[in-house]
Amino acid sequence: MIHLSDVRKAFNQGKSNEFWALKGIDLSVKAGKVTVFRGPSGSGKTTLLTLVGCLARPTSGRVRLKDRDISGLPERFLTDIRRSTFGFVFQQFNLLKGISALENVMIPAYPLGVDRKELAARAHGLMQSLDIHAKAQSNAEWLSGGEAQRVAIARALINDPEVIIADEPTANLDSERSKQFLGIVETLKASGKTVLMTSHDPLVCDTAVVDHVVSLRDGELVEAR
Amino acid sequence: MRGWLNKQRNLLDFSLSSLSRRRGKTLGMLAVYTAIVFLLASVMLFSHAIRREAATVLAKSPEVLVQRMVAGRHDLIPARHLDAIKGIRGVQSAEGRLWGYLFDPAAAANYTLMVPTNPRIEPGKVVIGDGVVRVRSADPGDLMSFRAHDGSLVQFKVESAISRDSALVSTDLFLVAEEDFRRLFGIAPGLFTDLAISVRNPREVTKIAEKIDAALPDTRIILRDEILRTYESVFDWREGMLLVLLAGSILAFAIFSWEKASGLSAEERREIGILKAVGWETGDVIRLKMLEGLVVSLSAFLVGYLLAYAHVFHFGAGLFEPVLKGWAVLYPKYKLAPFVDELQVATLFFFTVFPYTIATVVPIWRAAIVDPDTVMR
Amino acid sequence: MLFQPAIIALLLASLVGTLMVAASVPFAVRVMRRWDTASGSEAQLEMEKRTYLVSTLLVVVLLSELASLILFVFNADRMSSLFVGAMCAVGTLNVNDFGFPTLYLRIAVFFAASAWLVLNHVDSRGFDYPLVRVKYGALMALAPLMAAAAGVQLAYFLGLRADVIASCCSTLFSGATQVTSDKLAAIAPEASLAGLAVALILVMAAGRRALATGKGAVAYAVLSLVAFVVAMEAVVAAISVYVYELPHHHCPFCILKGEYGHVGYALYLPLFAAAVLGVGGGIAQPAASLASLAEAAPRIMRRCVGSSMAGFALFGAVALWLIVRSHLILIEPERLLSILGGQP
Repeated sequence: MIHLSDVRKAFNQGKSNEFWALKGIDLSVKAGKVTVFRGPSGSGKTTLLTLVGCLARPTSGRVRLKDRDISGLPERFLTDIRRSTFGFVFQQFNLLKGISALENVMIPAYPLGVDRKELAARAHGLMQSLDIHAKAQSNAEWLSGGEAQRVAIARALINDPEVIIADEPTANLDSERSKQFLGIVETLKASGKTVLMTSHDPLVCDTAVVDHVVSLRDGELVEAR
Repeated sequence: MRGWLNKQRNLLDFSLSSLSRRRGKTLGMLAVYTAIVFLLASVMLFSHAIRREAATVLAKSPEVLVQRMVAGRHDLIPARHLDAIKGIRGVQSAEGRLWGYLFDPAAAANYTLMVPTNPRIEPGKVVIGDGVVRVRSADPGDLMSFRAHDGSLVQFKVESAISRDSALVSTDLFLVAEEDFRRLFGIAPGLFTDLAISVRNPREVTKIAEKIDAALPDTRIILRDEILRTYESVFDWREGMLLVLLAGSILAFAIFSWEKASGLSAEERREIGILKAVGWETGDVIRLKMLEGLVVSLSAFLVGYLLAYAHVFHFGAGLFEPVLKGWAVLYPKYKLAPFVDELQVATLFFFTVFPYTIATVVPIWRAAIVDPDTVMR
Repeated sequence: MLFQPAIIALLLASLVGTLMVAASVPFAVRVMRRWDTASGSEAQLEMEKRTYLVSTLLVVVLLSELASLILFVFNADRMSSLFVGAMCAVGTLNVNDFGFPTLYLRIAVFFAASAWLVLNHVDSRGFDYPLVRVKYGALMALAPLMAAAAGVQLAYFLGLRADVIASCCSTLFSGATQVTSDKLAAIAPEASLAGLAVALILVMAAGRRALATGKGAVAYAVLSLVAFVVAMEAVVAAISVYVYELPHHHCPFCILKGEYGHVGYALYLPLFAAAVLGVGGGIAQPAASLASLAEAAPRIMRRCVGSSMAGFALFGAVALWLIVRSHLILIEPERLLSILGGQP
């Protein structure tokens, strides 16, 4: 469903510290599958994830989402696509401090103009299904790592996206919690969602639920299986 | 439409929750903002109330005053001029007035002496203003004596004091009978300080003034409207000067808001990054921040204005009296009549909300254009 | 005269607004030269971010222009007591040659800024920034207009000299210039009301056509500007007279005052909104020929034209109500009915 052709991304363009994070990537991500981007830090796997997830625009090359070229879209439209198509789970979870877990889950839907009651009901439902309903009224900074991640997953699902993107999901979890996370990934896949992850954790890369592993090094593809 | 409304509501809810999360910063901003509004609003309310006060007083004064000029100086006017004036068509009534100033060495203050015609005051009695009551601690029934022009002593019995409500100009009044006035200053009967004329049709005031000027070439004619105009522009000018002096504080406030809006903490930066990453657009973030500014602005404006209102109308505007009120020795103690004017509120809005908005636009924009992928870097 | 609070506020607002728009001109030049939607280079991304700043600034400018327009009229009215012979805002504006030009330029700036925002709104609906060059070209034209308005306003305020009595002599015969609003009321009330009725009918007809066929919005825009002018003329020549119930009091400003229940706002707000939205419809329609706006532009045009028609209808209704309510008989009822017969 997502196709990248000859995608490059530069930072600090035109300055002395110009740096090419991606140097020509060709890649296809299939719908309904679980794909993992693997590589050492600095290999460009996170940058790749931001391009696929419409968080940033490539410096050159084409990104196509379901046959629509989205690489030249202005931010307004990219954001539209991003919030309806992708849900993000960040490495640091990135919950907002000082507000409740429930409100954190609802935040992505605010600009869509959804009715507040309806939205709260949806958020409660998601939290129930992820088994963190008990913590709905707790402030985000009081949650443990595993709980925070599940709140982050609920937040990623609030707009019912087709694709879930997770950056280093198991980096801050012990093995027990990591397995729990992979269990959630399995249910997501079963419900028809596409899942994209970056990881260098063998526990993740070698699980049965993962369909494809793409390896990167120095901004280039080295292996895809 | 519903979606749009919901969106604004959600954004407003979220902006309120963000403001309350950063309580310290919000309250600091509010305090400074409120202080600025309070300061400016006090100046405006005060000078405006004084102007109105003057206008109300003048509204009761005669439409045309005729004074005699001798060698370029104001002199006593003979009563025969009254007949000439009464003969002009359109003049409703004309009467001679007696008034002047009296220096009281005991209080080291100047009183304004006047001879009221309606109601008349009995000879030997005096009605005094609130300020005179204060400096002489005089009560009804007390005796006050002054030296007349020829050195003889003139004694007055205080009949009553003028109540405090009737404002600014009555404070140094000293109302006496015509006989006493003439005795005190040695003014012969048939001479007056000036002549007060009322006119039947206000539109004819200028015409009649022209006729008086032609008939009595040794006089000068003062129109009430012109006094009003002078008052207006003098007070406007003073208020404007004060605002220019306060411009420094407005500028400082604008710089302060700029600084506050651009000096985002790492936490706030992270928040905006997260919002953008989870699907907020630059426009949404700008709207959110503008709403926060609006909430702060409106509350500061309201609170500052109410405080200024209380300051001016209930606590006598202790901070500005010396600058705006004038030069009188007998300082009036009185309450201004509360009055709120739309133009004034609109102007005040321009002096506070506008600089704040302008000062924060660029910092807000700068914060809002954070790349959504920063949270993943 | 410059040290009046409201005047300081007005000058400040114009100056800041002009500076903000002028400061965007170099950016506009850069957009005209370098804009390339297809590129993902950092320079291009930088420019796209900058467009958010410009549109936010223009919203602020528009709001402050609207507020200053009201403040300007308010202030002119209040200052009339300072000038011999001036009874209301008309007199104050006539004190020197720059009064009415300032008002007209301010209205023009208000229209131009709103037109720009409509253009901006239309452009933002297209995924490839289809109107970006038109938009920034228009911004470059807006800057001198705002500067002109600010300059003329400054000249006006600098030229105000109030008559002040000095304490040495009387100023009885100071400036015997009588100022009236007669010039504005040169047209007979019958003619102006008939003109208004015709203009409103034409606008409604053009609006219905634009809504039904999706064409003719440009004609609608022109017509709504004409109707705006005709309506202002009718307010001066006839409608205001009905409000004051004095046959010779023609004044477009006094109806804003509290003495007359602020009815002026009920007339002017719909009228201004209707004219601005009408112009907006005319801007949106030609954009429909661009591929990326083929769907959005007609929708915006319909919304603009529809709301504009509602605004004109509201104006017409308020005007009619004011005339019916009035105790003044300016034109015999039968003739009045025949003139107003066709009015919606």
